[in-house]
Amino acid sequence: MSGRGALAAAFAAARREDRAAFVPFLMAGDPTLERTGELVGALAGAGADVIELGVPFSDPIADGPVNQAAAERALAAGTRLAGILELVSRIRRRVEAPIVLFSYFNPILRYGPARFAEHASASGVDGLLCVDLPPEEAAAEVLPALRAQRLDPVFLLAPTSTRERVRAVARAGSGFVYYVSRTGVTGERAALPAGLASEVRALRRALDLPVAVGFGLSTPEQVAAVARVADGAVVGSALVRFAAEHAGEPDLLPLFARRAARLAAATRRG
Amino acid sequence: MKWARNRRGWPDRAGRFGGYGGRYVPETLMAPLEELARAYDHARRDRAFKRRLDDLLASYAGRPTPLWPAERLSHEVGGARIVLKREDLLHTGAHKLNNALGQALLTRAMKKDRVVAETGAGQHGVATATAAALLGLEATVYMGTEDMRRQHVNVERMRLLGAEVVGVESGSRTLKDAINEALRDWVTNVRTTHYLLGSVLGPDPFPRMVRDFQRVIGEEARVQLRRRYGRRSPDLAVACVGGGSNAIGLFSAFLGDPHVRLIGVEAGGRGHRPGEHAARFGGGGAAVGVLHGTRTRVLQDAEGQIAATHSVSAGLDYPAVGPEHAALAELGRIEYTSATDREAVAAFHLLAETEGILPALESAHAVAEAVRRARRLSRRALVLVNLSGRGDKDLESVLAYDRARAEAAP
Repeated sequence: MSGRGALAAAFAAARREDRAAFVPFLMAGDPTLERTGELVGALAGAGADVIELGVPFSDPIADGPVNQAAAERALAAGTRLAGILELVSRIRRRVEAPIVLFSYFNPILRYGPARFAEHASASGVDGLLCVDLPPEEAAAEVLPALRAQRLDPVFLLAPTSTRERVRAVARAGSGFVYYVSRTGVTGERAALPAGLASEVRALRRALDLPVAVGFGLSTPEQVAAVARVADGAVVGSALVRFAAEHAGEPDLLPLFARRAARLAAATRRG
Repeated sequence: MKWARNRRGWPDRAGRFGGYGGRYVPETLMAPLEELARAYDHARRDRAFKRRLDDLLASYAGRPTPLWPAERLSHEVGGARIVLKREDLLHTGAHKLNNALGQALLTRAMKKDRVVAETGAGQHGVATATAAALLGLEATVYMGTEDMRRQHVNVERMRLLGAEVVGVESGSRTLKDAINEALRDWVTNVRTTHYLLGSVLGPDPFPRMVRDFQRVIGEEARVQLRRRYGRRSPDLAVACVGGGSNAIGLFSAFLGDPHVRLIGVEAGGRGHRPGEHAARFGGGGAAVGVLHGTRTRVLQDAEGQIAATHSVSAGLDYPAVGPEHAALAELGRIEYTSATDREAVAAFHLLAETEGILPALESAHAVAEAVRRARRLSRRALVLVNLSGRGDKDLESVLAYDRARAEAAP
């Protein structure tokens, strides 16, 4: 355990209520940081246990078309990492759910990992997940920087991960582990992969950390299926797309909150 | 000789060349990269693999490629002797086939039946499509739509060779965006598909594997220099650097010889301002960064967003450089300079008119620098240039460039 413990506590609280944690994702700055703040507020009100905020990057190799377009809109609006940290410190006053930044490594590297950790911690960020930074590459500068500021380093595991790699993530990560449900990029899919339940069960036996499952989840049914086997369910592209499609509507926030609440409700087991 | 000592054993077990390189990829690709590294390490020690590759390179691709003393060009320039390593005469018209054949054989050895590739100028795409056709692999090639427009002859060649060419509309619609899309395909289909990366870029083991498959350029040139000129090495070796595979291929044979000055030539484009060039060493806006799986010098803004680039040559139009180049530059072993669009096109014409050779616009950057240097050297000096590709694909680009210049002239 290296972070403040807010992520672990959020998963533990969900487990006590016999449900999986609901972990929604939004791209920060899409279409503006102000709007992101409002949407995060709606998510918190709808029952989000952990909130993932995407840091937009020009070359998102692990993302499908929906998140690519969201990143483009955010960058076109001039979104900067420092602005995202300011946003987090503002929404911290009214949002209790822990916040994890979901980024590619280059913006963090350019900001300076130590400086980033210091500023992120001060603004109330709880953890960092860099999609293209496996534990091996994080070891030298990023892990020490995050630990020094009590931020949780969150890592991905995938269907291709070997036992050795699961052990490496178990050693380096804290807060939770993000299991990528399928080989591929982010985005909504019609069905969950067939072997998912047994893969997640095996992973939970091998790890002391909570396991959240993402990539491809969009419907309450899919969230419910994941909730039966995992500690958390991540929904990203579906919410990003919903917010973009309804961006111009006056009742965007209540509509968005209702959508999120349906997904959150699906995390209840039994 | 700090570099000679440091360089031994590069990259290390973590795929690092000093502070550069590594494996910065999504988790899904980590185990497949480990598997690829194992397969490659096995193949490079396997005599049967080497025999098969050597046979393909000789009987199919046309190796060794000649070393041509460019006497009329040298006379015209009035200085050192300029000698051309004729990779443009390799089957498919560029050095890219050396690597494509090697990796296609490796794909077969790994029992995968599909390859994906990126291409900028189209030369690596054509080489991949060719190797795939020869070895019975399915091939999908990603190419930015801007590059498809300026290199459409190569698009048709790939399709005739049986490859699927997928246009990429995102970002600047050039090489960088094609690599993004190829990586997305690979991460999705990694169990059946090999990513046949075309340069000394990307996560380990690609930079060392592609380098090793391109080493044949420098090794041949070394033998040819001795036979023809009775010399162990040139005074200067010059090559263009996009990702940097033809340059590493030529230079690796001379790295241990401190008397040889090694010069990499980047795309100077239209000027020094960010977005106007692709010079990761000399131009504005470059810093250490991580792009496409490797830590290296990357053109980017203050926020770590990758910068737009420009070059008249699609193959050099890329914001990052191979990690081994970044490391060798830091050690001072390779000097990097750039040639502008205008200088490259002028060199294209000069070589055409003095030697009867149309160089690829990429290679024309190296010719431009060789000419510049040769002028200042004595007649006894020898400048070796890697003529990495032929220029048939660039006819329209050159004619359009000349037309625009003529119209702009007062």
